[in-house]
Amino acid sequence: MNTTRLVAIGLAALVAAGCATTQLEEKKPAPVTESKPAPAPAPAPAPVTRAEPAPQPIDPLNDPKSALAKREVFFDFDKFDIKPEYTGLVEAHGRYLASRKDRHVVIEGNADERGSREYNLALGQKRADAVKSRLQLVGASAAQIETVSFGEERPRCTQHNEDCWWQNRRADIKYK
Amino acid sequence: MIRSLIVARVFGFALLAFAVAADAQLRVEITGVGSNQFPIAVANFQRDGQVPQEVDAIIRANLQRSGLFRLIDTGGAAIAENAVVAHGEWRARGADALVVGSIARLADGRFDIRFRLYDTVKQVQLDGLSYVSPANDLRLTAHRISDRIYEKLTGDRGVFATRIAYVVQLGRNQYELQVADADGANAQAALRSREPIISPAWSFDGTRLAYVSFESGKPVVYVHTLATGERRAVANFRGSNSAPAWSPDGKTLAVVLTRDGISQIYSIGADGSNLRRLTNSGAIDTEPVFSPDGRYIYFTSDRGGGPQIYRMSTSGADVQRVTFNGDYNVTPRISPDGRQIAYVGRRDGRFQVYVMDLASGQELAVTDTVMDESPSFAPNGRLLLYATEVNGRGILASASTDGRVRTRLSGPAGDVREPTWGPFVK
Repeated sequence: MNTTRLVAIGLAALVAAGCATTQLEEKKPAPVTESKPAPAPAPAPAPVTRAEPAPQPIDPLNDPKSALAKREVFFDFDKFDIKPEYTGLVEAHGRYLASRKDRHVVIEGNADERGSREYNLALGQKRADAVKSRLQLVGASAAQIETVSFGEERPRCTQHNEDCWWQNRRADIKYK
Repeated sequence: MIRSLIVARVFGFALLAFAVAADAQLRVEITGVGSNQFPIAVANFQRDGQVPQEVDAIIRANLQRSGLFRLIDTGGAAIAENAVVAHGEWRARGADALVVGSIARLADGRFDIRFRLYDTVKQVQLDGLSYVSPANDLRLTAHRISDRIYEKLTGDRGVFATRIAYVVQLGRNQYELQVADADGANAQAALRSREPIISPAWSFDGTRLAYVSFESGKPVVYVHTLATGERRAVANFRGSNSAPAWSPDGKTLAVVLTRDGISQIYSIGADGSNLRRLTNSGAIDTEPVFSPDGRYIYFTSDRGGGPQIYRMSTSGADVQRVTFNGDYNVTPRISPDGRQIAYVGRRDGRFQVYVMDLASGQELAVTDTVMDESPSFAPNGRLLLYATEVNGRGILASASTDGRVRTRLSGPAGDVREPTWGPFVK
């Protein structure tokens, strides 16, 4: 089971990495090497105005190698505490949000199908709120974070066994 | 001539606002019966003209599904309501009771339905009644006759003429809130949506359903008047709005909101006015339900570390814990007489409906399934309808509160869930 879980997380990371790469190619920022200093000391002709945009620093959010590429937090049954293996991930997003006050996220909390739908709706909310608290702990502000729960109503995986259930006990960090 | 014959007029339900879901009838399977089944013969009713419903067959199916009766073979002959009954002969066949009846088409197109119930041991008539019913109320008339028979022979009021509501998920983005007869037949869609619908709750007078719909992208509480199809959002605050519960007088709803942070219980007028916060715990408080006497609200809270059932006054005071067995007890429902509480308990990984006697604290698992949710008491308090999963599909099932009689109701397609049993129909 643990093996399955690791493989699945790896696959999710690969998918995320694929998306990020595509985004970088589409933006086509001017390569850094083209930004030459004006030749000195000889008097030179007026520099040619380039039509290309100024080079931009790469947003770490779009870097597949960044910790920010991972945006899913998984929970144990009927639990909402963030397990040690996910604190690094959540805090990386918190620090990023602290450095980019213009960015906003929605945290979506989910639960597996077992137990009551209403309790699971409240539990999903508590999971989303737990992620929000951790983001705030490292500097993100409440105004940047919205939380919502889908309870057990939007399962990613619909089989009735633990291979599915663990995937559905999840909070997603989604950038707006 | 027939001294005990009473004429009753059957009023039709105003179901005009309903869309027919004819292909969505639930099928009933009986998986447990009572320990002492009462032997009864229900003879075919004598028919005068074409009759669109098998009234006698509906009565037989009702009695059998209750688990409390054993049907004696009648040989298929029709016996008229006014026929002279050979008590000794039926006694010899093993029937302690006999039902006979007649159906005649009237000049105005309606039907006259008469039945008599005999005690073949004492050789006396126990009941006899005549109904005048339009064609589309013949099923209801069959349920009402079943209720009379059930009450005469068991002493408890029958629930065959009541209705149930539940949610069916027919596809990934296809949800229906359906209302059906208690036997699952005659299902009508009250609401169709592309987003989830959960937590339907029937008002105590049976005219309205409150429920949670995700149609706007988040949970919002609606009140839906069944006769007209009119609906309005009564709790649509910032965050999540869910878990509606009716006060017995139908004026107030208890709801669960996250507008101030974690899920907490509030009261609000059924018209959306007069919002008042009832709990202030810092823990999950959800699934409120009023006791039938209107004095208490039972609810689920994880304030003790895991979800358990608690009770408080309707103003939110005097909180007491109710469940202590196991580390997961959710979805409290109170019996109509206020003496029992049903809930879903998790023990050794099995989620089952439990019934607890509130005076003694004794609890009993009443189901043979292990993924149970959403118990709902029948209005006579003898049965619980609940949702469970069998062979990977969501179905409805019922269990008697003593755990002996069990049935399963499954639809032809989709996952059926979130049942709520309506009140007695006047």
